[in-house]
Amino acid sequence: MTSAPAPIKAKLRIGDLVFSRSAVFAGSMILVTLAAVAVFLIVQSIPAVVATTEDASILKTNFWDYVGPLVFGTVWAAALALLVALPISIGIALFISHYAPRRLASVLGYVVDLLAAVPSVVFGLWGIGVFAPALVDAYAWLNEYLGWIPLFSGTPSATGRTILTAALVLAVMVLPIMTAICREVFLQTPVLHEEAALALGATRWEMIRTAVLPFGRSGIISASVLGLGRALGETMAVAMVLSASPVITFQLLTSVNPNTIAANIALSFPEAYGLNVNVLIATGLILFVVTFAVNAFARWIVSRRKEFSGAN
Amino acid sequence: MTIQTTQAPETGVAIANSLTAGRLPKSAPWTILVAAIAVSAAVFAVVSFGSGSGYNWGGALFVGALLYIPAIWLFSTLVEGRRRAMDRLVTALVTGAFLLAMIPLVSLGITVVTLGAARFDADFFSMSMRNVTGEGGGIVHAIVGTLLMTGAAAVISIPIGLMTSIYLVEYGRGRLARGVTFLVDVMTGIPSIVAGLFAYSLFAIFLGPGTRTGIAGAVALSLLMIPVVVRSSEEMLRLVPNELREAAFALGVPKWLTIVKVVLPTSIAGITTGVMLSIARVIGETAPLLIAAGFTASVNYNLFDGRMQSLPVFVYTQYANQGNPPQAYLDRAWAAALTLILIVMALNLIARLVARFFAPKFGR
Repeated sequence: MTSAPAPIKAKLRIGDLVFSRSAVFAGSMILVTLAAVAVFLIVQSIPAVVATTEDASILKTNFWDYVGPLVFGTVWAAALALLVALPISIGIALFISHYAPRRLASVLGYVVDLLAAVPSVVFGLWGIGVFAPALVDAYAWLNEYLGWIPLFSGTPSATGRTILTAALVLAVMVLPIMTAICREVFLQTPVLHEEAALALGATRWEMIRTAVLPFGRSGIISASVLGLGRALGETMAVAMVLSASPVITFQLLTSVNPNTIAANIALSFPEAYGLNVNVLIATGLILFVVTFAVNAFARWIVSRRKEFSGAN
Repeated sequence: MTIQTTQAPETGVAIANSLTAGRLPKSAPWTILVAAIAVSAAVFAVVSFGSGSGYNWGGALFVGALLYIPAIWLFSTLVEGRRRAMDRLVTALVTGAFLLAMIPLVSLGITVVTLGAARFDADFFSMSMRNVTGEGGGIVHAIVGTLLMTGAAAVISIPIGLMTSIYLVEYGRGRLARGVTFLVDVMTGIPSIVAGLFAYSLFAIFLGPGTRTGIAGAVALSLLMIPVVVRSSEEMLRLVPNELREAAFALGVPKWLTIVKVVLPTSIAGITTGVMLSIARVIGETAPLLIAAGFTASVNYNLFDGRMQSLPVFVYTQYANQGNPPQAYLDRAWAAALTLILIVMALNLIARLVARFFAPKFGR
């Protein structure tokens, strides 16, 4: 019996030490930064939450009455955008992954990604200069013939700067990321599953329904949640396109529309002073918390899927 | 198919090619599409003739394409049966979704180029907005601000982002690594305006409320840039084959030298691409700069003192604070938007070219 040899100790090199320490430092910087974001926003928000109209001129009554319509507008616009963008992005992803000629597919992918490269302020400029005027007639038509649906009731806006226009612009803006994720997942579908379905006589759509969509379900869910996160936080396009007032309404076509948190901050911040600044920062904190929750949920779905993806 | 080939002669129908029996001919979709557009064009012609308004080409094409979807389904149901009809319907819908998404892209491209060309001249790139009211003026101050702030953001985020990705790939084990991965993912989703608010309140607490400087804008931008850099470089570092690392270790090369001399050079093309794409992402950010750096009409070379204009904020302020004549302000906004888009596209293009030509060649 010989005693186990003493483990060989690696020579301690100064370069190794410096390098690994700085890598750890950089990694923990991420933690520190996010914590700092939360702390600074909270510190700046505390005075606003208890403020009343005497302290901050921006408030009509108290903070919660001010933030209520904004939260509603944010969620409502993002939900509408998601509703429009989800079927279209699934369609585009299927088109690129399973319908377009193989040679064209990557080029078409780039073309869709081009949409992601357009800065949001340019989308805002386009939305108000081209898109909103183009929709006025369509809105008048919708209001005339489908006005009995509460969503389309009221007097249609003459400028087209409604929450529906803003939601449509948002939908265009979240399309690329949703399409990219859906496309990736659809392309990962096991080829054997697809070929098995085709060999059993399925048409292309039946193959997609039985093999591709079930495989990509969690990918579609995480894509839509990430798209929702983007739409919630998108600022400039909404700020420019929407003509907003502090109301809660479900009517899509009128000129009285709820504002979103982000757009409200962008519009009010340059002129804000005193406690008004803190009020706006507090609304930003609410936005931060909401998007944090939404994104964390999306990542949780993605990570849950990872564990099973090897087996199916 | 085989059933039909045997049955077809019994029913007494003469079939030229039995393999195509029960299928629409290959040209059918195109014929139906043309017919649908022709019908819709005719309807629109009647409407425009009746109402006396101009002919709506876009509307005619759009309605024609919409009409195609039920038409192909109907014809296919009659000839090919329910299942193939469903297949054709979905094909039409999926293609339609793609074309639908192209409408805003094309419309936006055409608008920006045509409206932006009005002021896309030498003056525009050689003047600032100092003492300019009404016509004239340019974007020198905005370009200077954009370059300085994006550059500063890059100087902050590239080292942190790169070292973080090295940590995650080469060193990261256990809870810290998992936490960092999760938080980087979450950071990707921070709304840009929240980044701006953070930078503003950071500097407001230390330098007094109302402080708006270029460096605050740069901090806000780097908050948005770091996660993108980490994500892309991490992916690239993971692509480096482990054999390369093991070969280096076997030769007695220290770990940090292995990373610096073997891992990084192998993945440098991908990392460059990722960094350029992240710059392209933040260079178009408006909201954080509007809040953290403010806007001004003069050139400001000092990141640490005074407000700083940037291209996207210039677009916004020209649009939002229109003076007299308003057309001059709109023209400047569109021309600046065109400049911005050209810069972003150029960055994207260069990034893709770098990825393509400088990527290491593996023997596979």
